[in-house]
Amino acid sequence: MNLPLQAATVKLLNVSYDPTREFYEEYNKAFAAYWQGKTGDTVIVNQSHGGSGKQARSVIDGLEADVVTLALAYDIDALAAPGGLIPRDWQKRLPDNSAPYTSTIVFLVRKGNPKNIHDWGDLVRPGVEVITPSPKTSGGARWNYLAAWAWALHQPGGSAETAEAFVKKLYHNVPVLDSGARGATVTFVQRGIGDVLLAWENEAFLAVKELGPNKFDLVAPSVSIVAEPPVSVVDQNVDEHGTRAVAEEYLRYLYSPQGQEIAAKHFYRPRDAAVASRYADQFRVIPLLLTVDAAFGGWSKAQAAHFADHGTFDRIYGK
Amino acid sequence: MNRLLLIASALLFLGVFLVLPLLAVFVQALAKGFGAYYIAVSEPMAWAAVKLTLLVAAIAVPLNLVFGIAAAWAIGKFEFRGKSALITLIDLPFAVSPVIAGMIFILIFGTHGWFGGFLRAQHVHVVFAVPGIVLATVFVTFPFIARELIPLMQAQGNADEEIARSLGATGWQCFWRVTLPNIRWGLLYGVLLCNARAMGEFGAVSVVSGHVRGLTNTMPLHVEILYNEYNYTAAFAVASLLALLALLTLAGKSMLEWRQPELRPAARLRRDRTRREQI
Amino acid sequence: MASNATTAIKERTPRRVLPGFGLTLGYTMVYLSLLVLIPLSAVFVRSFGSGWSHFWEVVAAPRVLASLRLSFGASLIAALINVGFGLIVAWVLVRYTFPFKRLVDAIIDLPFALPTAVAGIALTALYAPNGWLGAQLAPLGIKVAFTPAGIVVALIFVGLPFVVRTLQPVLDDLDQEVEQAAATLGASGAQAFARVILPTLWPALLTGFALAFARAVGEYGSVIFIAGNMPMKSEIAPLFTKLEQYDYAGATAIAVVMLVLSFALMFGINALQNWTATRHGERR
Repeated sequence: MNLPLQAATVKLLNVSYDPTREFYEEYNKAFAAYWQGKTGDTVIVNQSHGGSGKQARSVIDGLEADVVTLALAYDIDALAAPGGLIPRDWQKRLPDNSAPYTSTIVFLVRKGNPKNIHDWGDLVRPGVEVITPSPKTSGGARWNYLAAWAWALHQPGGSAETAEAFVKKLYHNVPVLDSGARGATVTFVQRGIGDVLLAWENEAFLAVKELGPNKFDLVAPSVSIVAEPPVSVVDQNVDEHGTRAVAEEYLRYLYSPQGQEIAAKHFYRPRDAAVASRYADQFRVIPLLLTVDAAFGGWSKAQAAHFADHGTFDRIYGK
Repeated sequence: MNRLLLIASALLFLGVFLVLPLLAVFVQALAKGFGAYYIAVSEPMAWAAVKLTLLVAAIAVPLNLVFGIAAAWAIGKFEFRGKSALITLIDLPFAVSPVIAGMIFILIFGTHGWFGGFLRAQHVHVVFAVPGIVLATVFVTFPFIARELIPLMQAQGNADEEIARSLGATGWQCFWRVTLPNIRWGLLYGVLLCNARAMGEFGAVSVVSGHVRGLTNTMPLHVEILYNEYNYTAAFAVASLLALLALLTLAGKSMLEWRQPELRPAARLRRDRTRREQI
Repeated sequence: MASNATTAIKERTPRRVLPGFGLTLGYTMVYLSLLVLIPLSAVFVRSFGSGWSHFWEVVAAPRVLASLRLSFGASLIAALINVGFGLIVAWVLVRYTFPFKRLVDAIIDLPFALPTAVAGIALTALYAPNGWLGAQLAPLGIKVAFTPAGIVVALIFVGLPFVVRTLQPVLDDLDQEVEQAAATLGASGAQAFARVILPTLWPALLTGFALAFARAVGEYGSVIFIAGNMPMKSEIAPLFTKLEQYDYAGATAIAVVMLVLSFALMFGINALQNWTATRHGERR
């Protein structure tokens, strides 16, 4: 038996958003096994989790992430802007807009759906309490917001005005605005507040699995948005650390059958058709699934119109 | 009877606002039994958090201790202009909200901060690493020891030290042999409070930490992480360690006050008053 | 060594009998500057770096004003409640004896020793609709967690020791002869309290209130778990949200406002304490 004298230990830092904790715990082990088999080196992946925007800010300020796996492209775009941690065309480097899996927005309701919530329109009924995080800080919340807006646009007679009025009524039914997606889930599930939680599909499934299959029901709305949480290597950091090869492979492995399988297990919709067909009955069918590009002209426009200062979100709270 | 009513109101108020939260921590921590409790606190990430917390306190407290002694010596043993301004400046960190305290260090040591470029070029990590956490903790606990020692040294006056000097002692000998024994209980008191705050600091550390599991999470941050992972029992289990630390701090504080009555608030007030009369 | 010259120097500067002034003062100033003054200045420099008009724009935004109002409003209410109950607690501890009194006295300092995050999750657990206390209050239609009431509760917790510990020594010191004299002259308990005790107490009450208030305004850890975070209603300082939006100019602008207000409070408290002590000095 040869002593692995050349075997090195490589460390990667993966800065991720909130709901991926459980997923990356399992994925990191799988990747480590794969990498060791392939090169004989040990790879240790350290994780940091938090609100997507907050994490991006930390990386910009000096948190030396080798890879970022965040909730929306806009947050990773921010890394391209000041000082250039990554090149502007980062999203084209990996397939499918650098999003190895997708998710969508669904409703989580109490068992038996006592308030009869089936679609977005039900959320603005008086007496219905909706839990969703703040779009100012939570990536997931922005997907929620845009999904609601998209639904309103698709109603007969839908326009920007009716959509804004709808979203305004919706947010006035929200009693608690947590700063992160996970916080909102905690509020709904653990603290027992609210009638319906607007959540990432994978979060909703996870909550049901961890906290009570007998306590919640999942409701799929008629219109939702395809959430594409993207990933990227942080060029400046990996070049400094000399970890580019490992980091790139780490992200590519997400697209491999094994990576896709783990994603599906953790309730993310895989891109790989074969894996997807195996997990088909796990996911609800949503009649109309829109992407941010199709419905809103891309993240920059959406951010500027809705979530930046003086955008629609500020307006619905009376600025 | 008035007396009973007052005592009952006082105890009810304290019971609701102080005792119940404390109790809630322990009850929730043990909700799944001792086995789960033990696992929660000995699990590698939790243990890493404990070690980091101890490390940070082990650096921050002595740093502030040296400062506290130096400041108390300068202020307590000498007269100079601007003394009360200096004392107020030392108190400043008390008035700063923890999140602002953390943000300050990002403004200075972050990549786009004053020294960011320089540090990056030297591959030195301050924020989002242990040094940043230590700095934030030092800032937040800055005044604790100084505030205990200054009035104490002022009250004790220079008599003992001057006698020692006239007998030929050097400055250092004065300090070690004469001053230190006189202030030792006050010192311990300040160290105890400083330590409790250092280990429990949340807001400031949350901003500068980076939240890298197993590496830059202190115990309070780890509590938040567990809480966010739906692992409430484990969150309260780690929190209970901090609560136990709090109880030990309280016990230590009581014992020290018994030992050196000058530390009690009543004695301090008398001392302040007497001192001002002498001006 | 010319002993005449040395003696002459020593007579002119008697304070330098003890050595180490230069060293300790120098070290103090350096440490203070490096760790406190210069870092704090970074906030001011950064916020004014973007210009005065941007500063006002951020600070005067309705959401920011609402959250500052909430922070200061909740702190005010909490401090007032602490003054009321703190007085009762201090009175009881000083004037009466009862079993476990020493234990009760010791536990007053719990908010000093307990980490804010621990207090935060404990209070949230207690007051959420399914918590020990929340469940009792819900049928009465009272919601505490995630409302401004919850924030007030958390701030009562953190400010509690300040009032009690400021009042105890003053109460302790009160000359009971004056009260007894008032009683023999026919004053009822309430009159004696209002006319005799309260005037002596109120500087300490004011100081305790100011300290509890100042502490509450800056509080983060115990509030963040229990606050509802609703813009305009239960959102405490959107400082954090600005930070997360990479809006440094905005975050530092808010920080400047909070710092200026807190420093003003602190200087006020110090001045108050000086004035109180001098007042007592005059009495003697």
